[in-house]
Amino acid sequence: MQYEPIIGMEVHAELLTASKMFCGCDAHIFGAPPNTHVCPVCLGLPGVLPVINRKAVEYTLMAGLALHCQIAEFSVFARKNYTYPDLPKGYQISQYELPLCRDGWLDVEVDGQSRRIGITRAHLEEDTAKLFHAGGYSLVDFNRAGVPLLEIVSEPDIRSPEEARQYLIRLQQILRYLGVSSADMEKGAMRCEANVSLRPVGSTALGTKVEVKNLNSFRSVKLALEYEIERQARVLEAGGTVEQVTMGWDEVHNRTVVQRSKEYADDYRYFPEPDLPPLEISREWVAEIRSRLPELPEAKRARFIADYGLDAQQAEVLVQERAVADYFEEAVAAYGGAARAVAPWISGELFRLLRAQGLEMAEVPVPAKALADLLILIDEGKITSGTGKQVLAQMFASGRSAAEIVEAEGLAQVSDAATLEAAVRKVLAAYPDEVAKYREGKSQIIGWLMGQVMRETKGKANPQLVRELLERQLRQC
Amino acid sequence: MTLTLRDVEHIADLARLALTAEEKERFREQLSAILDYAASLQRLDISDIPPTATVLPLRNVMREDVARPSLPPEDVLANAPDTAEGCFRVRAILE
Repeated sequence: MQYEPIIGMEVHAELLTASKMFCGCDAHIFGAPPNTHVCPVCLGLPGVLPVINRKAVEYTLMAGLALHCQIAEFSVFARKNYTYPDLPKGYQISQYELPLCRDGWLDVEVDGQSRRIGITRAHLEEDTAKLFHAGGYSLVDFNRAGVPLLEIVSEPDIRSPEEARQYLIRLQQILRYLGVSSADMEKGAMRCEANVSLRPVGSTALGTKVEVKNLNSFRSVKLALEYEIERQARVLEAGGTVEQVTMGWDEVHNRTVVQRSKEYADDYRYFPEPDLPPLEISREWVAEIRSRLPELPEAKRARFIADYGLDAQQAEVLVQERAVADYFEEAVAAYGGAARAVAPWISGELFRLLRAQGLEMAEVPVPAKALADLLILIDEGKITSGTGKQVLAQMFASGRSAAEIVEAEGLAQVSDAATLEAAVRKVLAAYPDEVAKYREGKSQIIGWLMGQVMRETKGKANPQLVRELLERQLRQC
Repeated sequence: MTLTLRDVEHIADLARLALTAEEKERFREQLSAILDYAASLQRLDISDIPPTATVLPLRNVMREDVARPSLPPEDVLANAPDTAEGCFRVRAILE
């Protein structure tokens, strides 16, 4: 039988607030020694009360609006009760029946096909402590406990592991554009779980779902889902039934393993958090937040194609990160020429240099204006495009301008006819066999001969002029 | 409402409590009585009453996002029954 996977995603993203969700502890905990960012509130000591961080609510509303959600007029926090040492209070403050955002969507694209994935809800909660499992005991670090956490739950609308991966990539882009989360999966700032079940193609009933946790990278998400889909198909093919369980993705052995039997929603005994008064979200506040939303990747992609004449792939590469898109637009404005000519310098040369140094776009040592100046030098014929690449590498290393480097290193394009003619003559004299082949009709060998002239002139020769001179001399002698 | 022994075992498991057979039976009776008492509420007609999250007149109590110093680590761990490497040490948790 042919089966179809039904996948829903749950994503948790740590919000980039200065302080924690319900107390004033510094929320920037990455790399901090254990239990140095904690206080009586996030340790759950008796007699303390939580107070809602306004910024965390605002960030959640921003994310909700970007995901086309309905923003609740009335929203309530809830206690989710379970017993585990990562919770100092014995419950997690989360949201249940009245989340801040619900009923949104996100479009993803796989193989040129766009599909709309429903967003069930986006709510706010507090992160839990980190546990380190040693041999005979476990260690608890409460630094992470109380960091604001945005949970985004999708509808079971995802139909393939690749679609799940694209969903996460798009979600990460949006959260980063908004500046509400670093959404860095390697650092645990964005974590995800997937619910996956199979059903016979053509059927509308939902099968038993398995929850897969510990998906710590885009790659893991895809591999784990592929593995789990195959496993469930084998169980069903053999006439068995899929059990409702929680599985963990084992990155080392590339397989899913049963973690623990599922606790059901009833077991969490959710109830309204009595320590936190409800939120009434005014429509004025929502409108004010909406007016401050930045242009999002999807809109930017469309604009780059329409306004700059980029093709879809160029646009996609440039909008992945807001810093890259901004850099591109700044460079185009300073350059004044065709935007299409700027794009490959960023996605090709600049990205290569950044990767080689392990730098982010935000740290790029070549200002957009300086890149534009370099392209202008090329357009004016002062340097060749090949020399331009060398110059950019030097700009990257030294921070000097293109003009300074060209001047200091003597890299200006040679268009002096006498100098080039001498170089051409020298090359033709050195390679009589190739010259003979050209005359026998192998005209494409001129490309190779041009390469020799460029080598002779250390890449500085005006290529158009060299071609003309070569053709003329080859005809003559 | 009468709870079964399995219900009691499930609730005890959620609370990570190990109960003896005699305790299970005692709690089964006591919890059943509590539920029966609470069930008297079911007799009220509440179809016109919206769910109530709070009885306080307070709304939108929020604070500005400003970080302030945390507790000194020695105070954090002062009351911990067991510590190691700056952490609270608890019994092994098996996933």
